[in-house]
Amino acid sequence: MSILSVKKVTKSFGGLTATSNVSIELEEGELVGLIGPNGAGKTTIFNLLTGVYMPTSGTITLTKNGTEKVLNGLKPYTICKAGLGRTFQNIRLFKDLTVLDNVRIAMHKNVKYGFISSLFHLPSYQREEKKLIEESMKLLGIFKLESKKDEYAKNLPYGEQRHLEIARALATNPNLLLLDEPAAGMNPAETAELTEIIGWIRGKFNLTILLIEHDMSLVMKICERIYVLDHGMIIANGTPNEIKSNKRVIEAYLGEAADNA
Amino acid sequence: MKKIYEVHGMKKLVSLALTFLIIQLLISTNIIDDYLQATLVTICINIILSVSLNLITGFTGQFSLGHAGFMSIGAYVCALTVIRMPTTLGFILGVFLGAATAALVGCLVGLPTLRLQGDYLAIATLGMSEIIRIIFLNLKITNGAAGLNGIPQFVNWLWLFIFTAGTILLITNFLKSSHGRACISIREDEIASESIGINTTKYKVIAFTFGAFCAGIAGALYASYFYFLKPDLFGFLKSIDVLVIVVLGGLGSISGSIIAAILLALISTYLQSFPEVRMIFYSLLLVIIMIFRPQGLMGSKEISFSVFSKLGNFFSSKKGRV
Amino acid sequence: MDQFLQQVINGISLGSIYALIALGYTMVYGIIKLINFAHSDVYMVGAYVGYFSMTTLHLGFFPALLFAMLVSTLLGVVIEKIAYKPLRNATRIAVLITAIGVSLFLEYGTMFFVTASVRSYPAMTGLLAGSFKVGNIVISMQQILIVVTTVILMILLQFIVKKTRIGKAMRAVSLDQDAAELMGINVNTTISFTFALGSALAGAAGVLVGVYYNSINPLMGVLPGLKAFIAAVFGGIGIIPGAMIGGYFIGAVEVFVSGYGNSMYRDAIVFAILIIILIVKPTGLLGKNTREKV
Repeated sequence: MSILSVKKVTKSFGGLTATSNVSIELEEGELVGLIGPNGAGKTTIFNLLTGVYMPTSGTITLTKNGTEKVLNGLKPYTICKAGLGRTFQNIRLFKDLTVLDNVRIAMHKNVKYGFISSLFHLPSYQREEKKLIEESMKLLGIFKLESKKDEYAKNLPYGEQRHLEIARALATNPNLLLLDEPAAGMNPAETAELTEIIGWIRGKFNLTILLIEHDMSLVMKICERIYVLDHGMIIANGTPNEIKSNKRVIEAYLGEAADNA
Repeated sequence: MKKIYEVHGMKKLVSLALTFLIIQLLISTNIIDDYLQATLVTICINIILSVSLNLITGFTGQFSLGHAGFMSIGAYVCALTVIRMPTTLGFILGVFLGAATAALVGCLVGLPTLRLQGDYLAIATLGMSEIIRIIFLNLKITNGAAGLNGIPQFVNWLWLFIFTAGTILLITNFLKSSHGRACISIREDEIASESIGINTTKYKVIAFTFGAFCAGIAGALYASYFYFLKPDLFGFLKSIDVLVIVVLGGLGSISGSIIAAILLALISTYLQSFPEVRMIFYSLLLVIIMIFRPQGLMGSKEISFSVFSKLGNFFSSKKGRV
Repeated sequence: MDQFLQQVINGISLGSIYALIALGYTMVYGIIKLINFAHSDVYMVGAYVGYFSMTTLHLGFFPALLFAMLVSTLLGVVIEKIAYKPLRNATRIAVLITAIGVSLFLEYGTMFFVTASVRSYPAMTGLLAGSFKVGNIVISMQQILIVVTTVILMILLQFIVKKTRIGKAMRAVSLDQDAAELMGINVNTTISFTFALGSALAGAAGVLVGVYYNSINPLMGVLPGLKAFIAAVFGGIGIIPGAMIGGYFIGAVEVFVSGYGNSMYRDAIVFAILIIILIVKPTGLLGKNTREKV
């Protein structure tokens, strides 16, 4: 069952072409990697998928429960409601808010009380707020952040901030999760832990995951398939083993990294 | 069986009732005389204005320099209503009509302009407020520059208290809800907020409209107490007045706004006869706060009732329990 | 037809004033992204310095003009050093609030010392008091003076910005402050110089207005300042030719709305132009589109 269909998407900024005829297909439940040298356009693709940018040409289609939805031109919050969650390359947490707040705000779109209830703290408010805290704590538990629920996000160590971003994205109840360099800046032990968590949440939350990463140990270990992007174009697509031995990929990118993996 | 003082909101209810009764007592025995009463009204109007501007600017991050415009709409609509219906019912109707009109204008203005960022939004709201002032200056029904005089006075401590405490409670409740938190997330990081499913434009407009509604209430109260209105009362300087209160108290702190509102109302009244000195003081205050303590008095923290429960524990016999 | 041409002449004079003031707004915004609310009050101070030069110091018009420009320049640079420099890394709202504070301080400080009453510039004598007729249209020497002074100053400004090293530095800093610093440009000096230039122009405008409209008061900068800012936004904030175009456009709009339409709503129309521009094309007539990198 296809969940995401990116067909020949090109994005130009004036004279600069960031992505060119990019096509990606994701099946439900897959864990797919998107790799490529810096500046290849990986985050641009994420921004196109989540509606921050609009494709210059091409279509992006999300399929959920059999219904297809074209994402072109939709606003980011609509795309999130349609089932797409993401993290950011440069962490975009709500720094001056607490860990708990960061997560429960992400649950807002599914909250079941309206303005009147929020103004007067009616019973529906009190019920839902309790639920919000419970659900948030469960998510924080995955990342062992429950004890820090009242800590300001900016005070967390870097690794925990990255975890919190993932927890926040999970709180939006996505079907497709986009992770943008979740292991950036982590040491091997943290990366190994993250690799396990990603695999675990995929199963637990029935997610499809598309992952941008530079850390090849994570990518090779966990991704079932990998797309390779270079200068805005997909130059290869296959299993980790296929990619490892693909000449074009090695030329473009993997050459040095293969020694480090 | 829960003790009576542990019932949700009981502490709040008791402190509110006490505040109301104490001040009512002081008024009835004329300890708070006419002169002080005017100061009290100014304090309450300032509180409503600053708390509502804080909602827009401090909590949702939308810099509005046009708050006075909304206040003037509330003031004029209420005045015109209560002049034609000089009863308590007319007054209440006037307040709600004034607030609703202000909210409507806020919504209409907000929809196109809230896409703008930072300083652009500030200038747009300033322009909008000036347009409103010029309209009131030129309409026959508002009597132009000469203003409206003899507005029936219906504001007494009861109404003042209800509207002031009501505004504070509703805004505080809102900010503690998911909808309020959505607004706050916009201030923190608009792009991240959108990415987690929040329609940022909708919530900016909601905060703006809600803030305008409250400013309208403040305007209506002003009209029906100080009984004279003219467009120049609600110019850029009035918007700055409110901004100074919010900045002094702390952008993002409700209790900060309340404290600063009280402080500056007192200072304003004291410096009444020296308007230039007052403005020089305000302007220096703005510059000094921004350079040396931009978070103002309270930053984004609040005074909580835990202060009172700690006092309570001090007097109770069970030591060691916090 | 005559009335139309007369209005055109008036519009050009008024537009010159707005252009002079708008240039200061646009240069400062271009270089440090600040709406310098205090700029309009530097204009006011320039007018007052001109006034005191001519009355108390008995200086002639040109010496008074130069002296006023000098004082305005100093004032602008001092304001930048004391109030804006400490906030170079603060949020834009914080600097904006500070600018509002400085503006109010100048207005009410001046009011405190010279009182709020309106003062009149001494009448011009000799050449500057004259006027001549072209057909049925009257052009006063003062209008010619305003336009000529403005054009000379704008040409000088273009020369400085395009042909001198400091001008290049200004352009570099407005594009990327950090990169400019890494290239060896003294950012602080460049910013001070920008403020100096803009303030000098504002001071000149103040004196010209004093001579042309005759009356000055401590709050004279508020409305013209707002309108000049709107002019800068209209033409493209941060773009120097934009400020010039914008100034003349707003001047023309004002004069024609007053002359042919309803002068009571004249100011409201200018504000409405602002809101429309901000909604339709915030970068202004000559502006480009920029996006935040995600």
